[in-house]
Amino acid sequence: MWDYNKKVMDYFLHPVNAGEIENPDGVGEEGSLACGDALKLTFKLGTDGRIADAKFKTFGCASAIASASIMTEMIKGLTLEEAAKITNKDIVDKLGGLPAQKMHCSVMGMEALQAAIANYHKGKGKTVKKVDGKIVCTCFGVTDKEIEKVVIENNLDSVEQVTNFCKAGGGCGSCRGEIQMIIDRIRGKNEAEAPKAHEHKKLTNIQKIQLVQKTISDQVRPLLKAHGGDIDLVDVEGNKVIVAFRGMCSQCPTAEYTMKDVVEARLREFVSEELIVEEQM
Amino acid sequence: MEKTIYLDNNATTRVAPEVFEVMKPFLTELYGNPSSMHTFGGQVEKYIRESRESVARLLGCDSSEIIFTSCGTESDNAAIKGILSAYPEKRKIITTRVEHPAVLTVCRELQSEGYKVVELAVNKEGQLDLDELQAEVDEDTAIVTIMYANNETGVIFPIDRIAEIVKAKGSIFHTDGVQAVGKIPMNLEKSNIDLLSISGHKLHAPKGVGVLYVRKGTRITPFIIGGHQEKSRRAGTENVAGIAAIGKAAELAMKNMDLENTQVKKLRDKLENALLKTCKDAHLNGDKINRLPNTTNISFEFIEGEAILLLLDQFGICASSGSACTSGALEPSHVMRAMGVPFTAAHGSIRFSLSIYNTEEEVDFVIEKMPAVVNRLRELSPFVKK
Repeated sequence: MWDYNKKVMDYFLHPVNAGEIENPDGVGEEGSLACGDALKLTFKLGTDGRIADAKFKTFGCASAIASASIMTEMIKGLTLEEAAKITNKDIVDKLGGLPAQKMHCSVMGMEALQAAIANYHKGKGKTVKKVDGKIVCTCFGVTDKEIEKVVIENNLDSVEQVTNFCKAGGGCGSCRGEIQMIIDRIRGKNEAEAPKAHEHKKLTNIQKIQLVQKTISDQVRPLLKAHGGDIDLVDVEGNKVIVAFRGMCSQCPTAEYTMKDVVEARLREFVSEELIVEEQM
Repeated sequence: MEKTIYLDNNATTRVAPEVFEVMKPFLTELYGNPSSMHTFGGQVEKYIRESRESVARLLGCDSSEIIFTSCGTESDNAAIKGILSAYPEKRKIITTRVEHPAVLTVCRELQSEGYKVVELAVNKEGQLDLDELQAEVDEDTAIVTIMYANNETGVIFPIDRIAEIVKAKGSIFHTDGVQAVGKIPMNLEKSNIDLLSISGHKLHAPKGVGVLYVRKGTRITPFIIGGHQEKSRRAGTENVAGIAAIGKAAELAMKNMDLENTQVKKLRDKLENALLKTCKDAHLNGDKINRLPNTTNISFEFIEGEAILLLLDQFGICASSGSACTSGALEPSHVMRAMGVPFTAAHGSIRFSLSIYNTEEEVDFVIEKMPAVVNRLRELSPFVKK
């Protein structure tokens, strides 16, 4: 059972500003049914250029509903410039705290707000600074820029926290290494110091096979399973790793690289630079 | 909170008053160790024997085939790891995608240790393709572990047929019977099941006691070693109160088996039919026919399970959900996903599981409250188009 405080429960049981404004000045939508939570925020500006009204609709749990509701209260009376400065941390503080695993609900609130403000500017013909970046977590579609933002604004230092805040790494888990590198970079750690000591050590054959096996089950298989496939390790001969692809991976047409290249890259990263992957036909 | 309407009996059950009475002496005056040489301790042994016989009667097996454990999870671990250890030359495990974590997590851990693990798929009704099972069992297969009935949907697998297939191929068959025992009749003597797990607290005994049935002649290595208890098959001083409790609970389960399949089933059906009728965009998950009499799993589209549960909680109604949010996971239940339930419905899936202690008034109360709960959340949902 979640330990929600009284304020969160109040906003969940008696949400204020629920609904949708007709002919709004800005609309922001975040999340999706597939992700398990989604938020639609609408606002209207007054003649003074400040937010006169804001409403929300949420699909999600108690903390998602409470976060959205309290945010609509927070932004009323603010200029768009002021509203744009609200972070997920401000929302959490206003609620008096959220359980660790529920932080992403407050992030969704902040992102919907930013999307609504961007939508307003776009409607007025202004160019909107596009949030660029590359997708790190393919399961939940989270980019490196989004991860950087939550890490900096909430002073995060573990992958688990990043998952709690923006879901990245919470699906198949294959991007956790990359998230750790982003955290390390922000924390000012030298990337070369990342724990990859085994990479340069001379492995015995048994160690090599075990590490190949572990890398395939921890790093590769979850990735393939998420796309309906699987992989079998057939044999290891010296530096040659022989694998067989099962299920949909054997004929995946959308892959930018062949599966063989992906497996090879992971094995080279985690086991040894010298490995070559061959597919058993 | 004024009253509790407990419809979460697949999570745990209340301890039957008769069971509690049976336990009391072992928590007060009869505290001796059954292994002791003196009369004071030794007298306790007979209660353990009686309990063993009672559980054997419920399962339709010999009392020497009953091993007491600490819980269902221990029984599952002991069965799977005990067989693998006894057959070190065999490297393959067959299970299903819808197992309880007590089995699935163990199998996935073993996979990372190098075992070949096959997770059989289920169709949208939650049923297996037995031809696929037949094709997968081979001479490298150490154990096939497939649950009797699913905890989330109540779907019952054709376990006797599955056991027959596995037996014919010369492999060992284990079934997690935690949800099924006490709700559907079974006769292990006449089946080909080699191992079966039970949990006490799912059948009105307390938490902290379980059973592993091991068919006579099955080669298995003990999971917990130490003293000679349970004929050296499970070491550790006996949880005498818990063991006495599960014996009494087994006796009650035999007596109440008919009630489960008449009274409880009738209430479950009433609840299910009413909710599917009064709540728009609600669907039943899982095989409607081959199902435990006490369980219903319904998806309410466009709304999220945790929010539903918290609103029900305001009325004292206890249920559970396959939503991601309730567990702290980010993806909805693996059972819902394995059945191909769309994400839109999986996040809003609610399980009601009844027991013989539920009344018609309670079910009527839920039927009265549920539509308002669903509508209230749908009004907040951006996916409901007016």
